Amino acid sequence: MLIQILFHVFAAILVVSAIGVITTRNPVFSALALVMCFVTSAAIWLLIEAEFLAVVLVLVYVGAVMVLFLFVVMMLDIDLAELRQGFTRFAWLGWITALAVIIEIAGVVWAKGGLGVDVTRGATPLPADYSNTLELGKLLYGRYAYPLELAAMLLLVAIVAAIALTMRHRAGLKKQDVDAQVAVRAADRVRLVKMDPEKRP
Amino acid sequence: MLEKFNSLWDSLPSYVQSLVWIVIVTVVLILCVAFLTLWERKVIGWMQLRRGPNRVRILGFLPGFGQPFADVIKLLIKEVVIPARANKILFRLAPMIALIPAFAAWAVIPLSPQLVISKADAGLLYLLSLTSMGVYGVIIAGWAANSKYAFLGAMRSAAQMVAYEIAMGFALVGVLMATGSMNLGKIVESQAGGVGSWNWLWLFPLLAVYFISGVAETNRAPFDVAEGESEIVAGFHVEYSGIAFALFFLAEYANMILISALTAVFFFGGWQGPFEGWPVLGATFLGAPSFAWLFLKVFCLVFLFLWFRATFPRYRYDQIMRLGWKALIPVTLVWIGVEMVMAIYRVGPWARPWYH
Repeated sequence: MLIQILFHVFAAILVVSAIGVITTRNPVFSALALVMCFVTSAAIWLLIEAEFLAVVLVLVYVGAVMVLFLFVVMMLDIDLAELRQGFTRFAWLGWITALAVIIEIAGVVWAKGGLGVDVTRGATPLPADYSNTLELGKLLYGRYAYPLELAAMLLLVAIVAAIALTMRHRAGLKKQDVDAQVAVRAADRVRLVKMDPEKRP
Repeated sequence: MLEKFNSLWDSLPSYVQSLVWIVIVTVVLILCVAFLTLWERKVIGWMQLRRGPNRVRILGFLPGFGQPFADVIKLLIKEVVIPARANKILFRLAPMIALIPAFAAWAVIPLSPQLVISKADAGLLYLLSLTSMGVYGVIIAGWAANSKYAFLGAMRSAAQMVAYEIAMGFALVGVLMATGSMNLGKIVESQAGGVGSWNWLWLFPLLAVYFISGVAETNRAPFDVAEGESEIVAGFHVEYSGIAFALFFLAEYANMILISALTAVFFFGGWQGPFEGWPVLGATFLGAPSFAWLFLKVFCLVFLFLWFRATFPRYRYDQIMRLGWKALIPVTLVWIGVEMVMAIYRVGPWARPWYH
């Protein structure tokens, strides 16, 4: 009962903040609403005892990705009028995407129902010594080790590509050579000159 | 009397017991923070051949001990000025966002062999995600104040936090490999056997990386460029006054105690006694695990924070980034490789029989 009430509370917050992401005029508020979305969906995952996924969602998306996102959004001076220009022109594309996502989710729910899982109820309670993390680790690094390695490789390639594409060597750019700075000796910078304190008459 | 109390305690439902413990831990923590501010001023004073605060007394004796309370009362009765062009909601929300993770993290920290509020299995991940949420308070405060100085401080803090978060996470991966659990209670238990079998010995580079990142994460000297009073006035909290500023202050000191407690748990055996298993001392109370050991370790580590502040000049911003990305992260990666070799040849923590 308590879990159901909590689910509905979190679900309501999630839906409201998800609508907030696309309706608020200020991009910073949009990003913060997205943070709220992640946190509440993590809470919903906690309710079905997927604690590892929930914590990792907060750790990765809220703790790292959205911080960088906010960083960029706050720095940019976004022109809202320009942003809204193509809205009606591309609205049909948005509708199609939304429809596709809804059909996918409905498909999963329907398939689960076909498998005999009652989706209207919460997860079956697990024994106290059951470790979500351990089981997931066994699956990821045992049965699905090969796909996991492939995905990791793909991410690495993406990182290298992103850096390679954006790194530009401009001519005449002034840089600090830190090794040279660290290796510097006092004799390189300061010269002690022996001289008389006053001019001889 | 005591028996009556015990039976009353046992008759309470478990959620009431947890609630009582939560209140006790929070209140004790706030008191610790209050006296930590005094201790910091005293210690730095002594290091600079001053006396530190010594005027406000409690009930006419203990000179200086009333200082934290005097400060709190002063800040409480000051006006909280909200700048005219600031974002009113976020401006009020930011100090709370900064403070809440610093306290919520204590839920999974094992305080004594019996006492831990939540025995969460993914406790280590929970801690990592909470410590990474603290930065939102800083960013939102910097942005909502609508001030260039505050905004610069927030940006610096965000970049620094992202850089050191990674080094911190990798250092904890090493701890995870050595102890084989993400449950903080089990991490402490696996370090049983006196000072030689704590993690600091075999994971020393990771300990250094973790503590340095911890200092950076709490925005303390020498990494306090987010405040940088010589360049950007007071950084992200330049527009905050009164009790709103005090909340940021509270969060910073609570985070200091938190990072010290975590370092104690991950690398110095938490509540384990250092003399456990020693010939004569091991049999006495000195060999037994207790909360006192954790307190002693946290006290020493917090002292390091104060010592750093009194000793080191502030890092230059680009050097902070260089240290984080080019020094700390490679060290952790190399040491994780070393740990793999140690695990294969069963050296150090991997030589324990329960491991296999």
